[in-house]
Amino acid sequence: MPNKKFAFRPLFSLSGLLTLLACLPVLALVWTALQGNSEIWQHLIRYVIPPTLVETSVLLLGVGVLTILIGTGSAWIVTAYQFRGRAFLDWALLLPLAVPTYIIAYSYIDILHPIGPVQSLFREGLGLDMQQFWFPNIRSVWGGIFLLSFVLYPYVYLSTRAMFLMQSASLIEVARSLGLKPNQVFLRVAMPLARPAIAVGTSLVLMETINDIGATEFLGIRTLTLSIYSTWINQSDLASAAQIAIFMLMIITFLVIVERLGRRKQRYMNSAQRSRLMPAQPVTGSRALTLFVLGLIPVTIGFLIPFSHLLVESYKRIQYAGFSEYLLQASINTLTLASIATFITILVGFFIVSAARFSRTTWFSRISSLGYAIPGTVLAIGLMLSLGALDHAVADFFEFQLGISTGLLFLGTSFTLIYVYAVRFLAISIGSIESGYNRIHAVLDDAACNLGQNKRDILWRVHFPLLRPAIISAALLIFVDCMKELPATLLLRPLNMETLATQLYAEASRGTYEDGAIAALLIVLVGLIPVILLARMSKNSR
Amino acid sequence: MKPLSKVYLLLTGLVAFSGSWVHAAEVNLYTTREPVLMQPLLKEFSQKTGVKVNTVFIKDGLLERVKAEGRRSPADVMLTVDFGNLVDLVESGLTQRVDSKILNKSIPGNLRAANGHWYALSMRARAVYVSKDRVPLSAISYEDLANPKWKGKICIRSGSHPYNTGLIAAYIAHHGEKEAETWLRGVKANLARPASGGDRDVARDILGKICDIGVANTYYVGTMRTGDAEQQRWGNAINVVLPRFKNGGTHVNVSGAVVSKYAPNRKEAVQLLEFLASDHAQAIYAKSDFEYPVKPGVKIDPIIASFGKLKVDSIRLSDIARHRKTANLLVDKVQFNH
Repeated sequence: MPNKKFAFRPLFSLSGLLTLLACLPVLALVWTALQGNSEIWQHLIRYVIPPTLVETSVLLLGVGVLTILIGTGSAWIVTAYQFRGRAFLDWALLLPLAVPTYIIAYSYIDILHPIGPVQSLFREGLGLDMQQFWFPNIRSVWGGIFLLSFVLYPYVYLSTRAMFLMQSASLIEVARSLGLKPNQVFLRVAMPLARPAIAVGTSLVLMETINDIGATEFLGIRTLTLSIYSTWINQSDLASAAQIAIFMLMIITFLVIVERLGRRKQRYMNSAQRSRLMPAQPVTGSRALTLFVLGLIPVTIGFLIPFSHLLVESYKRIQYAGFSEYLLQASINTLTLASIATFITILVGFFIVSAARFSRTTWFSRISSLGYAIPGTVLAIGLMLSLGALDHAVADFFEFQLGISTGLLFLGTSFTLIYVYAVRFLAISIGSIESGYNRIHAVLDDAACNLGQNKRDILWRVHFPLLRPAIISAALLIFVDCMKELPATLLLRPLNMETLATQLYAEASRGTYEDGAIAALLIVLVGLIPVILLARMSKNSR
Repeated sequence: MKPLSKVYLLLTGLVAFSGSWVHAAEVNLYTTREPVLMQPLLKEFSQKTGVKVNTVFIKDGLLERVKAEGRRSPADVMLTVDFGNLVDLVESGLTQRVDSKILNKSIPGNLRAANGHWYALSMRARAVYVSKDRVPLSAISYEDLANPKWKGKICIRSGSHPYNTGLIAAYIAHHGEKEAETWLRGVKANLARPASGGDRDVARDILGKICDIGVANTYYVGTMRTGDAEQQRWGNAINVVLPRFKNGGTHVNVSGAVVSKYAPNRKEAVQLLEFLASDHAQAIYAKSDFEYPVKPGVKIDPIIASFGKLKVDSIRLSDIARHRKTANLLVDKVQFNH
């Protein structure tokens, strides 16, 4: 129902401008791709694309399926049942968010290595020699699926859990009274109803996976992203690399469109009134214990094990080399940058999505989310190219018109870093706020309008408060993501400035990650702050 | 959120400008060389000359960043590992000629650009690590790595890594593309695990009996054998052999420096390069980084010296650099990393 009186022009223009700014790096990449020739494609199609495409697909499929299983399963356990330890699991299941993929990969390579603790213990127990003993190889696409899933599932858990909590009791009760068993209720009612939430969470997971460079490189998985890198770095062919990146972007866009079309005909709008929420079913005894143990598995694999490993390694490191003086400054930089970037990303996302609410077009939201589908370094290069041109134009103006030599105002400052974080993680902000908006019935807008509120009031006094939970969970994800971000930070940061992630990289760059254990531990610890905050807030809203 | 947003604004300002203060004597260094290695050297340079060094450590994209910054780039000196990177910077027109008697005297002709656009500062050899317990081996050729007797026994990092690209390019320079392809297929067939991880993993995997021999750089042995207990276990599990080409010597790679084309502090930039080529700095490269000094006469670390005399391959690095692209295409073609 496009409604003339609802068109909110200033907001619409602002949203358009922000979308354009968010697209700058992508546009620069398209431009770069067009400069290239197709010479190398013959080679790529013959030798590079087929195997990497297969390996990337296997990885994405595996991680997708496993994160949906873990994410929705654990969300169901903590929302549908009431048992001892549920409150603990409720927030503990978020903990793996604080562990970057490159850290979990390094931890498990270490732990599961033939000379590591696990295999040594097994062998001693069985009295076997190293070569007689077979152990699954973590350095494989299967290892990658396993490790990535156990740190990325919280994206699905977070979005699905919110959906399960909102589910109205009546639907579940009807299903139960019709004779469905608990697992049937889960599979045939709760899961289909939560599909939009699962789709949002899973698409975040898949984009994190496809753009991962740290963990996949460690594990020796040949992904499309790695082939972009090797084309760029080894062939010194940025244009062709940009072509592969755009190609990958098109595949991702296609998949997102297919998923959206798939549920176009289904409507999930909740009624305007707050419905009675689904009551958790009390469980005791061995069933309660089973549920608790099940819920504890992802926490253990995704957090407790790598975290303990980091503790041990950090302890050894402090004994051996002491505490680096740079770490405190790096922590402050990390917190500052991540906070500012989170604030801006949320604000921009809010403007873009709410403009869509008033104008009923989601184009801006779709286009400005593209940054998440491009590997960090490649996006950073796109930003350098576009912002660099702007930067020189501004400096030229000052120099030639006013005779003032300003130097570069954007490149090599924190501004660029915050810009790249915002572009990269805008998709999280938009996705989360959009699904929040889906739960705000349009009737509320009409009611507020009839009560004499103007559009700005509706935006700040109706929408914003109702969106709070969605905004908070998006802010958490963005904050943690900014904090963990490595490739773009490494390329764009100013002189003399380190974040925890770059410090970790710097200390570990000479071969082993043990050297960076303290920085890694700090990343996890700092990442815990928003996780715990979020957990507390979501408990209050229950 | 109101008072908070003011704090945000203030902090943005602080963070944004902290990187761009202008001091008296300073030099801006863009480096892909690990900061852990450079810090002691840079500290000493500042103490000695009073010139402040601002650094940013970048992995990939150094070239693109300096290019985007154009004539307003604050970069004075760029330090990189791998001769390929040095050649790329020069070919992109981002460097300038340095005409320093001190540098030309300290660094042998084959380790610097003839036109003064790049200078090597340290050298490392692409060596073969050998299991101490299981493999009695004192000499090997690079060609021999493709010998089927090593089937399932070799560890190596990704074939696309610059260190391996350099080695494969050198192989092409010696034997031509066709033979290099056959050789690479042979090495691939001998791998004990997918080509991945880092150079130190080769030693660790030899200790873990995943493989018997492997290809890795020389200096890692120094850092492992002088590292913590765990590292020492890895480093002591192996012997190091300096392989040679059948018709040549051992393949080496370098770390080096260029002065950027628009360097705002050109004088200090050259000063820094001259310092890094001095006896004193070269000794630090040798002692704390376990590299071969480029300056003749500077002492090699005993651990590195114990590998035997290094006979550097006779083909010039700039000639090897020409084959890098082909080397990379070969790695894809033989599916080396799969």
